[in-house]
Amino acid sequence: MQRFANPARFMRLSAALLPWCSVAAAMLIAIGLFGALFIAPPDYQQGEAVKIMYVHVPCAWLASLVYAVMAVASAVALIWRHPLAHIAAESAAPIGAGFTFVCLASGSLWGEPMWGTWWVWDARLTSVLVLFFLYLGFIALANAFDDRTRGSRAAAILAIVGVVNLPIIKFSVDWWNTLHQKDSVFLFGKSTIAPSMLWPMLVMAAGFLFLFAVLLMLRMRTALLRAKLRALRFGA
Amino acid sequence: MSGFAALLTRDLRLAFRQGGDVANVVAFFALAVILFPFGVGPDPDLLARIAAGVLWVTALLAALLSLERLFDADFQDGSLEALGLMPVPLEIQVLAKCVAHWLTTGLPLTIIAPLLALVLHFDAAGYPALIAALLLGTPVLSLIGAIGAALTLGARRAGVLLSLLVLPLYIPVLIFGVAASEAAALGLESRPHLLLLAALLAGSLALAPWAAAAALRQALE
Repeated sequence: MQRFANPARFMRLSAALLPWCSVAAAMLIAIGLFGALFIAPPDYQQGEAVKIMYVHVPCAWLASLVYAVMAVASAVALIWRHPLAHIAAESAAPIGAGFTFVCLASGSLWGEPMWGTWWVWDARLTSVLVLFFLYLGFIALANAFDDRTRGSRAAAILAIVGVVNLPIIKFSVDWWNTLHQKDSVFLFGKSTIAPSMLWPMLVMAAGFLFLFAVLLMLRMRTALLRAKLRALRFGA
Repeated sequence: MSGFAALLTRDLRLAFRQGGDVANVVAFFALAVILFPFGVGPDPDLLARIAAGVLWVTALLAALLSLERLFDADFQDGSLEALGLMPVPLEIQVLAKCVAHWLTTGLPLTIIAPLLALVLHFDAAGYPALIAALLLGTPVLSLIGAIGAALTLGARRAGVLLSLLVLPLYIPVLIFGVAASEAAALGLESRPHLLLLAALLAGSLALAPWAAAAALRQALE
């Protein structure tokens, strides 16, 4: 862990990884999109509208995953005081907010033809909306102080407090019986979705995961360079 | 324990000697509730239908209104630094401050809520559940609010930021509080909602002081 806290090593490592990850993200998303739009069958009830799923579900997974990454980075930053972990958490936040927004927007577009409404006050939708506001709160808090380290630490504590929302999102469809369907893809045990629909979705999710890695590394590199620039300008 | 009691009496004494704080919160609560009959019209059926929601949302905003002062006065005049040096753990001090905050906001709101419910034609059967839900729910507002108040100490535009941080976290309290009050008014069982509120209270009582104390420590650094 301590080895990776070195910004110079991070810059070297990320410079080496970035092209590979970018290519992987582009290829996986291209394959996933092709599979979703041309190979996967239309749903027997929903028709072609089901294709929204191939963007909606991976975004929803990423929205939670990015928050978990952000919270772990925040905990690492608070416990071991790694400046790089603060930068990682703060760089991840806008990306996570983006995934959450796309998840909410695509879900809304999907809900209109299927449920007949853009929005319902369902437990899953509400908890994801809370997640979106947690991201916004994190970003606002991190930038609210004249002293940047103070903002970073306050935001880190908020990120850890907000973790209570993650299990609520996950189990909201089991605890409350509402419009949003229950989980149909499982890490352990058999998924209840047709394999012909499952594989493009998993490829898309893998593509989005690489996209997140690429964006995170880019943002972290930018933040480090910006910090260096600031130090050069005001420090010397 | 004596440190807890001392801090609690100090905060209560400060609140009462400075006066106005409790009265302001209650006045805001009453005024905000009274705006609704003008806003949605005086139809008794409609008002009875939305009464629980209106009372809860305005109680939540009234509690939020006084949160900013929870640590800020002590932070500004430096007494928070002295409190940080006390042998009493900061977590216990946070708890004392939350209890003081609840006694000066949550409790007065709970006491005046039935009166305002009457004005809104709230169903008589719902009163016990409304009061029980407020008694269980308003301490959670103080506890979660303490985290937000500690995190935003010394921030620019702390008040707006505080509401952005705290309001999303208040949503579960609002959902179960309104559900308990409405279930009773409609003649349904309110016990499961009250138990969930009690669970929220137990959880936040155990966890919120730690988070708020951690936030205070890094504000004092």
